[in-house]
Amino acid sequence: MSGQSTYNPKPGFETWLDQRLPLPRLMHDTMQTFPTPRNLNIWYTFGGILTFCLGVQILTGIVLAMHYVANAGLAFDSVERIMRDVNYGWLMRYVHSNGASMFFLAVYIHIFRGLYYGSYKAPRELIWILGVLIYLLMMATAFFGYVLPWGQMSFWGATVITNLFSAIPGIGQHIATWLWGDFAVGDATLNRFFSLHYLLPFIIAAVVGLHIWALHVPGNNNPLGIDVKSPQDTVPFHPYYTVKDGFYLCLFVIVFAGFVFFAPNFFGNPDNYQPANPLVTPPDIVPEWYLLPFYAMLRSIPNKLFGVIVMAGALVTLVFVPWLDTQRAVRSNRFRPLMKQFYYVFIAACLLLMYCGAQSVDAVRFGVPLVWAARLGTIYYYLYFWVLMPIIGLIETPKKLPASIAQSVLGDTAAAPAE
Amino acid sequence: MRKALLSAAALGLMAIPAMAQTADTHALAPKDVAFSFEGPFGTYDRGALQRGFQVYKEVCAACHALSHIAFHNLDEKGGPEFTEPQAKAIAAGYKLPAGPNDKGETTDDKGQPLMRPAILADYFPAPFPNEEAARASNGGALPPDLSMIVKAREGGPQYVYSIVTGDGSPVPAGFHVTANKYYDPYYEGRNISMPPPLKVNSVTYSDGTKATVAQEAHDVVTFLSWASEPKMEERKRTGFGVLVFLVVLAGLLFKAYRKVWKDAH
Amino acid sequence: MTATTSDTATRRDFIYVATGGMAAVGAAAAVWPFIDQMNPTAAVLALSSVEVPLAAIQPGQNVVVKWRGHPLFVRRRTPKEIAEAKAVDVSTLPDPLANNDGLPDNAPATDANRATKPEWLVLIGVCTHLGCTPTAFEGDYGGWLCHCHGSMYDTAGRIRKGPAPRNLEVPIYTFLSDTRIKVG
Repeated sequence: MSGQSTYNPKPGFETWLDQRLPLPRLMHDTMQTFPTPRNLNIWYTFGGILTFCLGVQILTGIVLAMHYVANAGLAFDSVERIMRDVNYGWLMRYVHSNGASMFFLAVYIHIFRGLYYGSYKAPRELIWILGVLIYLLMMATAFFGYVLPWGQMSFWGATVITNLFSAIPGIGQHIATWLWGDFAVGDATLNRFFSLHYLLPFIIAAVVGLHIWALHVPGNNNPLGIDVKSPQDTVPFHPYYTVKDGFYLCLFVIVFAGFVFFAPNFFGNPDNYQPANPLVTPPDIVPEWYLLPFYAMLRSIPNKLFGVIVMAGALVTLVFVPWLDTQRAVRSNRFRPLMKQFYYVFIAACLLLMYCGAQSVDAVRFGVPLVWAARLGTIYYYLYFWVLMPIIGLIETPKKLPASIAQSVLGDTAAAPAE
Repeated sequence: MRKALLSAAALGLMAIPAMAQTADTHALAPKDVAFSFEGPFGTYDRGALQRGFQVYKEVCAACHALSHIAFHNLDEKGGPEFTEPQAKAIAAGYKLPAGPNDKGETTDDKGQPLMRPAILADYFPAPFPNEEAARASNGGALPPDLSMIVKAREGGPQYVYSIVTGDGSPVPAGFHVTANKYYDPYYEGRNISMPPPLKVNSVTYSDGTKATVAQEAHDVVTFLSWASEPKMEERKRTGFGVLVFLVVLAGLLFKAYRKVWKDAH
Repeated sequence: MTATTSDTATRRDFIYVATGGMAAVGAAAAVWPFIDQMNPTAAVLALSSVEVPLAAIQPGQNVVVKWRGHPLFVRRRTPKEIAEAKAVDVSTLPDPLANNDGLPDNAPATDANRATKPEWLVLIGVCTHLGCTPTAFEGDYGGWLCHCHGSMYDTAGRIRKGPAPRNLEVPIYTFLSDTRIKVG
């Protein structure tokens, strides 16, 4: 909670610095003494993990940019030079490409945690909206980044997605030409995508700063969804959450390292190890896994413009979540048994969409064309936010909340409701 | 339970006509062959790499480029590990266009390009100067560059092995092989432009190993896997050390975490 | 993660020191690849040495070869040029040191220390003043003249007149045979 700073600088340099630029004070107040609810569980650790991921991507990205050449004739080879000739180049490249997947894995867990515990509800609406903005910037950054190796998937993925803009009536084709800098995806496109890919992560970092600043005004939400009522409800961020986040971060890095060192191409597509060929389209154009749900939504609508609207609408929907959820009495799904069931179905719908996005458009499973499964998933997605969230908040009977966090954690543990 | 059985039955019934249609042109799943470099502790077999290089050089290089491999890769750790003199000798056997001579000419009196022997810093020269020449020499088909082929194909080494050994398999009744193509059940569409590349004793191995088709295929796929991922051994070695370190660190962090939180619950 | 004073615990327990220490070691080990990736790549290192065939070089001829991004002078000296170089008193030279990468720093600039086989002079063609490429057979000493600021080198590549402070650098090279040297 933003309140009085308890920082007491030691005499000498610390006092001198504090009087001129209160950076140590900021560090002290936000990362050392910051009162944090004592009942945060594993799902709350991914914010810290995400900051780590952003740092890793920026560091490895800067290093890769020292060797990468953003020219359509040289890009693919420059990436291979990195993999083969640059000292530890293979490590930088695999950390960066797998890091993107780990970044999105963490962000999805982080978002789903927010949805489950009602972290988007008042007074934290703006934290949520800034988060949606970060998510959109991440998707743009990842899209630009995937084009850079200039493989078959890079080129054709760029072609498909930039062609979507031509769906806009009237000015659409002009917008597409303007994006390309040419009559199709080409060298001009590659160069500007490289520039933007380098720029956006720093914009993400700035928005992350705002996101954390906005968080520190009310302080963290917690699994019970009830407000902090007294100092007994909280512990100082250091050492309690520095060590807890450190432990979970280490587990995350173990998974990360498992992919980087032993399955570095697990998330990738072999077609991207073929140099881009504008004359040959790969049999199946597929984006990276973290974009698949929206890709499935796009392809489930036969009309090009409508498909774009449905896909974009799904992302815009997220901005309105704090107001779509009408339940004001409780935040956390722990106390919303009805909502909880629909939440789990929502997760299943997202996984179904991800699966559909990975298959070819005319795929059939169990006699059902998958495009219908994708439509089902898309319908449920919209239903969940625009119908279920408003209605269930009005008709459900939430469970009784515990008196306080401290009572729930330190008191009779049998009284604490299970997740 | 009943629903599951019905679904399974429905799936089975639907699969039969589907199989009759797709058996003709859809590719078979790749053969299940094992390679020494698979798994978290796998390494490249040096002998296989050197023999595989011989197969590439004497059989495949006539049509397929290996443009990402430089001669100096041949003597580096983690690869075929020829000695430096051996690698230099291999390089010197190739001729590359020489730079302009003192008169600024790049061709001799007859108009032929001036050539020089390759050095370690050079890359393997391509068999054809451009795509059009490659297609003209191969009935319109473009033989792909092999330096990334194992990573660029779904199924990796097993797929390449199956393509190379399955090429020229007996044609099943009723299947029409397109003119100038060959039957390969592991290739999508089953009509492949490449003639069967390997026969018994296509090469005579300098280490005396018996050159069966399976042996040649195994060796050349090992070599091509290295060509796609020359840093694989270094990657796995480093990964082992990193994971051991991280597991120990996780243990310490867990103990520290428990200690800090001991009185907080 | 390291133990610092906090509200509840103030002892520097072994577990905190061990964890913090191990994390620091891990961080240091993780930094090395970021630093090493800026070192020359394998492709650059493959070009770090060059072999020069000597058979076609005539006496009195100066050949310029590109090596590590710089010009390399390979000069086959005539007996007159060798004699001129040997006749110079080293103590009168502006730079009395050999500046030969294959010899200790304090080796004197005798002709023998500049050219192991007197007929062959191998020098890095970068003027030691500000880096221009000197021109052969010009200047007052029969060696090289740097047109940028007028430095003159003799037939052993030693600075005689002009602003350059050091003799032209002699790189490390070996004779693979009588007709082939490897530089670098």
